[in-house]
Amino acid sequence: MSHHIVQAENVYFAYPDGTDGLAGVSFRITHGESVALVGANGAGKSTLLMHLNGCLLPTQGTIHIGDLPVTKKTAAAIRRTVGMVFQDSDDQLFMPTVFEDVAFGPMNMGLADAELHTIVMQALRRVGADYLQDRPPFKLSVGEKRRVAIATVLAMSPDILVMDEPSSSLDPRARRELIELLRTFKHTKIIATHDLDLALQLCPRTIVLGGGKVMADGPTKDIFSNADLLAQSRLEKPLSMQLG
Amino acid sequence: MSKADTIILNLGYLDTLARADSPVHRLDPRAKLLTTLVFIVTVVSFDKYQISAMLPFFLFPVVMIVLGGLPVGYLLKRLLWVAPFAVMVGIFNPLLDHRVLFEIGTFHITGGWISFASILLRFVLTVLAAFILIATTGFYTICLALEKVGVPNVFVMQLLFLYRYAFVLVEEAARMGRAWQLRAPLRKAMSISTFTSLIGGLFLRTTDRAQRIYRAMCCRGFEGQIHLSCQLNWTWKDTLFLLSCCIVFILFRLTNPALGLGRLITGIFQ
Amino acid sequence: MHMADALISPAVGGTLWAVSAGLIGYCCKKVKTELSDYKVPLMGVTGAFIFAAQMINYTIPGTGSSGHLGGGMILAILLGPWAGFLVMASILTVQALFFADGGILALGCNIFNLGFWTCFVAYPLVYKKIVNQKHQSQMRLFWGSMLSVIIGLQLGAFCVVLQTMFSGRAELPFTGFVMAMQPIHLGIGVIEGVVTAGVVTFVAKAQPQLLEVSLSDAGKSTVSIKFVVAVLLVVAIVTGGAISWFASGHPDGLEWSMFKISGSEELDTPDKPVYEKLSGLQETTAFMPDYGFKEAESAGDEGEESATNWPAVDAGTTVAGLVGGLLTLLIAFGIGFLLKLKLKPQGPVKV
Repeated sequence: MSHHIVQAENVYFAYPDGTDGLAGVSFRITHGESVALVGANGAGKSTLLMHLNGCLLPTQGTIHIGDLPVTKKTAAAIRRTVGMVFQDSDDQLFMPTVFEDVAFGPMNMGLADAELHTIVMQALRRVGADYLQDRPPFKLSVGEKRRVAIATVLAMSPDILVMDEPSSSLDPRARRELIELLRTFKHTKIIATHDLDLALQLCPRTIVLGGGKVMADGPTKDIFSNADLLAQSRLEKPLSMQLG
Repeated sequence: MSKADTIILNLGYLDTLARADSPVHRLDPRAKLLTTLVFIVTVVSFDKYQISAMLPFFLFPVVMIVLGGLPVGYLLKRLLWVAPFAVMVGIFNPLLDHRVLFEIGTFHITGGWISFASILLRFVLTVLAAFILIATTGFYTICLALEKVGVPNVFVMQLLFLYRYAFVLVEEAARMGRAWQLRAPLRKAMSISTFTSLIGGLFLRTTDRAQRIYRAMCCRGFEGQIHLSCQLNWTWKDTLFLLSCCIVFILFRLTNPALGLGRLITGIFQ
Repeated sequence: MHMADALISPAVGGTLWAVSAGLIGYCCKKVKTELSDYKVPLMGVTGAFIFAAQMINYTIPGTGSSGHLGGGMILAILLGPWAGFLVMASILTVQALFFADGGILALGCNIFNLGFWTCFVAYPLVYKKIVNQKHQSQMRLFWGSMLSVIIGLQLGAFCVVLQTMFSGRAELPFTGFVMAMQPIHLGIGVIEGVVTAGVVTFVAKAQPQLLEVSLSDAGKSTVSIKFVVAVLLVVAIVTGGAISWFASGHPDGLEWSMFKISGSEELDTPDKPVYEKLSGLQETTAFMPDYGFKEAESAGDEGEESATNWPAVDAGTTVAGLVGGLLTLLIAFGIGFLLKLKLKPQGPVKV
């Protein structure tokens, strides 16, 4: 199942105004893995995520999703395999109703009528939001928006889920529900997050970014026990490990 | 309540009303749209001194409000809120038109007052018709109807996007306004230079947001055209509604039932 | 400045609706073929941005009052004329439906008054001529914005006057109305010009590529003077035609407008031969015969003093009319009340 492997090889990226985004990032994520991407603000987490589905292209180095290198031409195909959930759900829910939003992706893939309806309802049920199908997005709570945003991506049946700060702005209950939901997903998961406790609960592996470089890449527990590393990367021990 | 809250409330509340269920709500939006248009055109076609001939037209908003379960108080409040404009323009009529058209005993009623009353009546009828349309149909459904009757997809999507992000932008603007107010508690409105900086910044953030939305769209396969997936269903009930309403409106317009009825009554008393 | 349905006639409203609809269709085609896909979210959120910006008041220096943004010119500058027009039209539609800020029939008038002059006249003929592509000269930017806003608003305000006049519902005399509208909108234009210049300068300094993007996109097909003239000709011809059609049933309509323009406050007996010819034409062609006129003729015994020299005065002013009118109103509300009673047990279901 090589088309599920995410491979970054010495990726460099600089923004048009000159600021460095990534300075030589390499890693290999295999099918079904759950990887947390942590680091200080400005470390390059969002930049890296956007490389994974072709929103940004490396100035140097390559990224492969399965056998396909990420290029302008392959971006459209790659986006069917790599689904991305954005930090601000309002950016992702732009259609008049939840149903239309979830249907947007599959519609662009050519589905219509009964088949479309089935896929949409399936995706909504998967995140527990089928009762919201006729709701306009501005009437949803933050937690509901997050779940619907995930549904919009699930409807395209991706193999790899990339998420940017999925638990931000959620109240404790919504956060708990999100964690439980993500636990049930068998997809490859790459989650950029400041929520280290979520990383601990969901991701056996963690990649630490700092200054556009990979500072560490290994088992989550080990990384969060490494005080020097945490200090260098402007991180702390997750709360659950602090009390233990 | 701050201006932003009022705006968001009004944008959202009418849409909430549209989610209720009633015979009116279930009508095809195209039927309601056309009927409203015919209603407005007929009402507006009366010449300026007509009053009583317009009164039978109240039947339409009254019936629609009752059958649709719409909150009368809310609609009247909205009506009053926008009334000043019509009053401000119409008030010139009695000031300029002194031709006496009608005498009751010693009271001389000039054409000016009659045409002013006519303007107010038109105003009430047309504004009510518009509110009823949106309160029983909802913005999304109206846009669906517009697309089905031939409005270009580009414009329909523009309407939907505008509506969708109006809430977000109004909140952002409100936050900016509040932040300003806290640092300028004695002022009622901001200076022009403050305004331009704030708005300039808001625009830049808006384009950032547009880019993020565009990215999200591309990530889900966007290639230039957005299609709405919901379908509309025209039934015999919609044909019946449209035809009967139009016939009634045109009948009322041509035959002046108020006058007929009045003649009947005064004839009895004479 | 938004026209209300209460103040317009079907002829005026219908004409401007048709013109605006045509313009919208044309702009949609232009936007679809000439702008990149990015325009879809950009136009949407920019519309929301202007909508939100209109909510904030700024003080007008010198006076005690405050004003708010119109936005037509800013839209043309930021998005180009085609997209700018569409966005303006969408904002006005939402305002008409949700806030009764402008009527549904009058929507065509409002879109034309606030969108056409800014996007298709002031922008290409004033702004672009003054401001060069790179937006580097502060002076040019300031004067370009100021003049284009002022001109756009003046033309729009004048159209409001014309539309009100030709509709014949409000009594405002032409000269008086013009003398009030133009100076007021000159003042508004100056302030909005300053604001527009300020915002465009801000954006030009912070992210100049934004303006260049929209400009280069817009530059693909410029608005030609031929286009503007063609639209105006269509408006004039259709309005004139529609008005004479309807005015023939209302002998006061056209002549009355002309009398008003010429400054005569009191309306003397209408020009008999013209009136007769027009009314004859109307009888044969109009589908909405002037019932009011017929009533007035036969209602001479009911206390109307001017039936002979003011034929269009309506029977609605007679006692019978009033009685009947009140009665029908009562009946209408009565029907409503009865319906409510009948519905009460089940009532409409709230979701």
